[in-house]
Amino acid sequence: MLGILLGVLFDGLAYGMLLFLISIGLSVTMGLMGFVNLAHGVFAMFGGYVAVVLMQHADWPFLASLPAAFVAVAVASIVVERLLYRHLYRRSQLDQVLFTIGLTFMAIAAITYIFGPSQQPVRLPAFLQGQMRLLGLDIGIYRLFLIGVGLLVMLGVVFGIERTRFGARVRAAVDNPVMAVGLGIPVGAVFAATFAIGSGLAGLGGALGIQILGLDPAFPLKFLVFFLIVVSVGGLGSIGGTLLAACIVGICDVAGKYFLPEIGAFIIYAVMVALLMWRPQGLLGKRA
Amino acid sequence: MIRRPFSLYAEIAAWLLMPGVVLAFFPSYCVLASQIAIAGLFALSLDLLIGYAGIVSLGHAAFFGVGAYAAGLLAQQGWSEPLSGLLLAAIVSGVVGYACSFMVVRVQHLAQLMITLGISLLLYEGASKLRVITGGDDGLQGVVVAPIFGLFNFDLFGRVAFLYSFVVLLLCFLFVSRVVASPFGLALQGLRENPRRMAAIGTAAPRRLRKAYVMAAILAGIAGALLTQTTQFVALEVLSFKHSAEVLIMLVLGGSGRRYGGLLGALLFSLARDWLSDLNAEFWQFGLGAVMVIVVLFAPGGLIGGVARILSAWRHCGEAAGKDDSRKEARA
Repeated sequence: MLGILLGVLFDGLAYGMLLFLISIGLSVTMGLMGFVNLAHGVFAMFGGYVAVVLMQHADWPFLASLPAAFVAVAVASIVVERLLYRHLYRRSQLDQVLFTIGLTFMAIAAITYIFGPSQQPVRLPAFLQGQMRLLGLDIGIYRLFLIGVGLLVMLGVVFGIERTRFGARVRAAVDNPVMAVGLGIPVGAVFAATFAIGSGLAGLGGALGIQILGLDPAFPLKFLVFFLIVVSVGGLGSIGGTLLAACIVGICDVAGKYFLPEIGAFIIYAVMVALLMWRPQGLLGKRA
Repeated sequence: MIRRPFSLYAEIAAWLLMPGVVLAFFPSYCVLASQIAIAGLFALSLDLLIGYAGIVSLGHAAFFGVGAYAAGLLAQQGWSEPLSGLLLAAIVSGVVGYACSFMVVRVQHLAQLMITLGISLLLYEGASKLRVITGGDDGLQGVVVAPIFGLFNFDLFGRVAFLYSFVVLLLCFLFVSRVVASPFGLALQGLRENPRRMAAIGTAAPRRLRKAYVMAAILAGIAGALLTQTTQFVALEVLSFKHSAEVLIMLVLGGSGRRYGGLLGALLFSLARDWLSDLNAEFWQFGLGAVMVIVVLFAPGGLIGGVARILSAWRHCGEAAGKDDSRKEARA
């Protein structure tokens, strides 16, 4: 019984790390500009397709396609941000919601047109496949790899935000954008860079997640709710909160599907509503 | 004496002529027309929330679905009289809306979006898992609806269905028009524009917003019940996020915060879907997304807002020209 419990916990953590990777950019950019970006899942999907195309048509190895997905999505997101999103920062929440849902629809239709509606396969390298025994538990190596990557990214993000000049500017801009501009911080450029990195991480998450989440054109809408749950429950702009919420969501979802399959996703939505009623600004969020 | 503007008579004439036009010239489109009336009512109920009370809901389909399932279950269990069924479905969705309103009004911004979305997802999951009662993915079957007043049977061509939906839409439209022009409606608009100031002048914001939320839930429930009664079937999709997103699109396409916005949006959306989605599903979805992007970027008030802006600019030009003329005359 304990073994099963630990196994579910482990799978949930791996799932949570994926959610963390994809959602952290959404959380920071929402906290920074208050921009409700429901098209965030599109960036994750785009990363997944970049990796699939590179692996299938250019014969790139899996590990090399991951940074490529990060870079491709980061570059694409800068274009989207400068061309489109920039004009919507001052608009109402409703306008932002509609605009980004519209973009999502367009992306889904375009991807369906190009790649067809079916699931994309991914071939993992041999050393990431299979199971290993650790402390008397059968552990999937790929899930261990995911947790490792997730922790590395988290350390990188925390270091970047807490210890670098760029991170100090981001924190200043989140806390008080008007004052930050007054101090000579180029908030627009800081935001564009943050947006690019956050989207790039989403792309990385999308590429890493093909094995576990799957990849088809419906991806952005199918998982949008999960990303939003993570962001809203964790608290906007909070890295620790996003990680905590991602792990809660991941573990609750895996546990719910394992122990109570007949009520399915019910648990995760109920937990979200309850947590938001308890703390509307999120678990570790500062601003309402 | 109250001055009645010409536009009011035009409005009444249009409403009176509409069913005749549909029945006389487009008899084969009655089924579509009744769906448009239902979609229009649904969009109207969302407008009360978004356009007037300023509550953005990502899960309004929840109440449409509650009404649809309430009416469907009643009819399935033998309560086949339609009018009382409609009333009971409205009451059920009103009660559910009242229970949810406490949660929705308590929070703002992102949390509010997520709570409304969460409620609809919970109901969707619930209906999907309670197969014994709702039929799950297969939908609710065995819905039998008796003739209206015991006289008018729902026919195959949808004529009775259309007239029934149309009359209910008209009644609800009159109700909403009355509400938004009342002191209560003005208080809602004040809360949308500036909640802090409204609190300062003594408006009990949570109570007003809860009331608006319940009204919107009831109207959406009526729309859902109409769909059930006219199609004699409930699909699980009535509760889906896609349905919530669609009604949002209709409303914004037409123009929110304007009485006719939802109706116009529902009309255009349904006609476009009828024509385009048969051709190519991806094309339809891409076009839908593109229209949303374009409306938000270039016509923030929707179609009605855009037309109103053009008209006012035109009038403004006319006035300016008129002033110019009079100045010239004065000089002469």
